[in-house]
Amino acid sequence: MTIEPGWAETEVDEILRHHAGRKGALLPILNDVQAAFGFVPDAVVPIVALALNLSRAEVHGVVTFYHDLKRAPATRPIIKLCRAEACQARGVDRVVPIFEGDARIEVETTYCLGLCASGPAAMFGERLFARLDEHSVRRLIDEAVS
Amino acid sequence: MRIFVPGDAAAVAVGADEVAAAVGVGVIRNGSRGMFELEPLLEMETPEGRIGFARLAPEDVPDVLRLGRDHPSCVGLVDELPFLKRQTRLTFARCGITDPQSIDEYRDHGGFKGLERALALGPAATVEEVFESGLRGRGGAGFPAGIKWRTAAAAPAEQKYIVCNADEGDSGTFADRMVMEGDPFMLIEGMAIAGFAVGATRGYIYIRSEYPHAIRAMGRAIETARAHGLLGPDFDIEVRAGAGAYVCGEETSLLESLEGRRGEVRAKPPLPAIEGLFGQPTIINNVLTLAAVPFILADGARAYADYGMGRSRGTMPIQLAGNIRNGGLFETGFGITLGELVNDIGGGTLSGRPIRAVQVGGPLGAYFPPSMFHLPFDYEAFAAADGLIGHAGIVVFDDTVDMAKMARFAMEFCAAESCGKCTPCRIGSTRGLEVIDRIIAGENVAANRLLVEDLCETMKFGSLCALGGFTPYPVLSALRHFPEDFAEARDVETV
Repeated sequence: MTIEPGWAETEVDEILRHHAGRKGALLPILNDVQAAFGFVPDAVVPIVALALNLSRAEVHGVVTFYHDLKRAPATRPIIKLCRAEACQARGVDRVVPIFEGDARIEVETTYCLGLCASGPAAMFGERLFARLDEHSVRRLIDEAVS
Repeated sequence: MRIFVPGDAAAVAVGADEVAAAVGVGVIRNGSRGMFELEPLLEMETPEGRIGFARLAPEDVPDVLRLGRDHPSCVGLVDELPFLKRQTRLTFARCGITDPQSIDEYRDHGGFKGLERALALGPAATVEEVFESGLRGRGGAGFPAGIKWRTAAAAPAEQKYIVCNADEGDSGTFADRMVMEGDPFMLIEGMAIAGFAVGATRGYIYIRSEYPHAIRAMGRAIETARAHGLLGPDFDIEVRAGAGAYVCGEETSLLESLEGRRGEVRAKPPLPAIEGLFGQPTIINNVLTLAAVPFILADGARAYADYGMGRSRGTMPIQLAGNIRNGGLFETGFGITLGELVNDIGGGTLSGRPIRAVQVGGPLGAYFPPSMFHLPFDYEAFAAADGLIGHAGIVVFDDTVDMAKMARFAMEFCAAESCGKCTPCRIGSTRGLEVIDRIIAGENVAANRLLVEDLCETMKFGSLCALGGFTPYPVLSALRHFPEDFAEARDVETV
């Protein structure tokens, strides 16, 4: 996976146009911005605020509230690892060191992927992985960095 | 010969896409039967019924197709498997059986009968039918759905809303996800009935972002239903994705999020049924609540209420999770005991070690030891035992679990996910974490235990919503039922 930090105002405009007239559109807009650029650049906040007739503080408040919205681009591929109770019961702590010991990726804790009878579970992009053990974790990391 | 390989996320996570690709053209991507230890479970239609092949890898597929029943992975007739046979599947009647994206199959398997009967009964009688069924909110609070519906129906307004809470964030739960991926038209039908009953013309399904497969499946099904005119001229549904905030599963926080704000909890009153989304009367129900409605309308309130015990009527899709041999979706009438669920049906732990604790109802639910396995699955029975059934997730732990660590985790989770609006939750969770750390370190254990108990009182009665209000359940139950894991007991032993 290659990550190219940066963003384009034309793309922001396109996203805003796409959601024009929609009620309560701020979160869908920010989700789209996050998906397009891999983060929500600070410079996008006033543009979105102006378009929705909101204050910059309101938009900033939303950006900083939700775990999915990032203010800076990721420098490494992010793997989301579930560390909620069901995955704890199924031994996620045994595979954590493998993730944390690999500098090529960033492991992000998530609380539940809905795979609670099949854990330990992880998500990379929209790809799901369950019944993780040492072997499959290494395969998952290889896929993420390739 | 039709072949089925589930498209359910839990099957996909263990390789179902690759197995389906190996089968090739014509494979049907059904929902999961909910027996996750068997996934990927390929099913083959035979004159006797559907036979299953468990835990397949793509390279097994040619041999399975050639050998049929003689393949070592064959589990026989799927419907005869004890795990399925012991269930009463009302909400999950179609899940795993039909092609979830086929509206014709949905109709052939009893779909849209509930909506048809509602249209024949009229709005007021539809609300009463739901009330009479005894259906209670399946998201966790257990509030009677009929009362919410009556309130919203009686509220005069130009615009009303139906909001489906699909922010299924509790660890140990996956039933909402399975419905959306495995039988999405049922949820659409339930929402259309709700809209008709209370006079709402717009529905939203708020799905957590951790469920991209469910988001896609619901979106596709809604498009199909719309194209077939099945939403009616006066009703439409939109899918909204969350952005990774657990607290947005709380209904008022979810409404704030839908309106485009921080997911901060609102004080109640006003009730959402009177002043909800965009200030308008709103029914907000969990996926399983709305998904139960088509059956109730199609077969009648009585048929549903005949299942269950006490004030817990109908069936509950229970989710067996964590360290359990036969994990998955088990729908049954209320009243089954915890012990039957985890031992007889669940088969004990996956690790083969003794069960030490089960957490019922997600991260805000209590931990119970095996000495309490006589508890019947019932809202009131669990409340009386200082717990809750919540969204009916059961997470099993074996004897290697450290309950002090789990109590600590409950506070840590609350601190990470608190919306910050009220003080007991925002500050209490962080202070609670610190005090439990001191207990674990053996500092003034007796005094610090009292402090945690006192803090839990404050959080329980002073928090605005269940996040801060129910975090005491896992903490206090761990302290009460597993005192030996906290430093005091360890100190005593060393004396």
